[in-house]
Amino acid sequence: MVELALPKNSKVGTGKAHPKPEGAQKVKTFNVYRWSPDDTENPRIDTYYVDLDTCGPMILDGLIKIKNEIDPTLTFRRSCREGICGSCAMNINGTNTLACTKGMDEVDGDINIYPLPHQPVVKDLVPDLTNFYAQYASIKPWMQTQTPPPPDRERLQSKEDREKLDGLYECILCACCSTSCPSYWWNSDRFLGPAILLQAYRWIADSRDEFTGERLDNLEDPFRLYRCHTIMNCANTCPKGLNPAKAIAEIKKLMVERRG
Amino acid sequence: MSMRTPLKNVRSLGSAKDGTTHWWHQKVTAVALIPLFVVALAYVISLVGADYERVRYVLSLPFTSLILLLLIGITFYHLKLGLQVVIEDYIHSEIKKVVLLMLNSFFCAIVGLAAALAVLKLAFGG
Repeated sequence: MVELALPKNSKVGTGKAHPKPEGAQKVKTFNVYRWSPDDTENPRIDTYYVDLDTCGPMILDGLIKIKNEIDPTLTFRRSCREGICGSCAMNINGTNTLACTKGMDEVDGDINIYPLPHQPVVKDLVPDLTNFYAQYASIKPWMQTQTPPPPDRERLQSKEDREKLDGLYECILCACCSTSCPSYWWNSDRFLGPAILLQAYRWIADSRDEFTGERLDNLEDPFRLYRCHTIMNCANTCPKGLNPAKAIAEIKKLMVERRG
Repeated sequence: MSMRTPLKNVRSLGSAKDGTTHWWHQKVTAVALIPLFVVALAYVISLVGADYERVRYVLSLPFTSLILLLLIGITFYHLKLGLQVVIEDYIHSEIKKVVLLMLNSFFCAIVGLAAALAVLKLAFGG
């Protein structure tokens, strides 16, 4: 059945409030979800105070400052700090986004940070995305052709065909959209979710790929594709401004088109 | 800890090669229901305050019967398709799911046919 209440061991308690920095003029409060597999404690919310005069402008800057100067046990993923690797995807004040491209000034009041929703937690803000990555592998995200490549050059694509990939190729697989989708929450074992379906469409829409039909066959399933009920959380939350719901609608259109 | 690979779980039983018919029928019935509901509602409004005999007479006219039969058939088919999606979304126990899907089909068929029968009875003056 649908999970309406959290299991007992998932109830989030109040954690430790770290001391405020002395003499700081501008202070931002961070309430951060903490959970460790190393003890039997329930998850808790720890509170940190960050001096904005000695910190970079982005929320990731704040988290890095907390880890460096206040609490080295705080665990999160980060790498490029410029919105291209997708590592620091997390739930910030109720919306999934990248901590590195979200400015602290964009948030009024306290900054509340949780891991991406409805995924197993490895530790603190690190979700276990194993299933998500396996789903990505299942759509064969590479060019498939029967025709061998020309011996003397790359496969050509017209300018118009290349433009069809705009709005698709920018996806960095941060999983913000999929983990914001209620349909994905309830059925992520079978529904591929917005990110993977957008990626699937990226290859379906590629003029150089010759396995369009097989790709559609693979998606034609009540769960893999048709659990999308156009809730649109995906498009709302995407930190890159993409529209996975539109890509899914395009796949559905092709499904109908090939029938006659 | 499962010893299966994540990809084995995701690929699972493979694609059902189905789902488009269900989705398309849901869209087509949704579109069809818009004008049918408008016309049916117009009938209801026009019959406000009419006596029993008048209502019987209007409902037994061929065009009214046609509209009502279409409305009933399409509504209950649309209902069956929609409820099926809700059940599939939220019920994760396979046995419960199959039982509920059956009950859904039975309910929609029985109530839909009963409603259609009432219209036919009026239409053929039973």
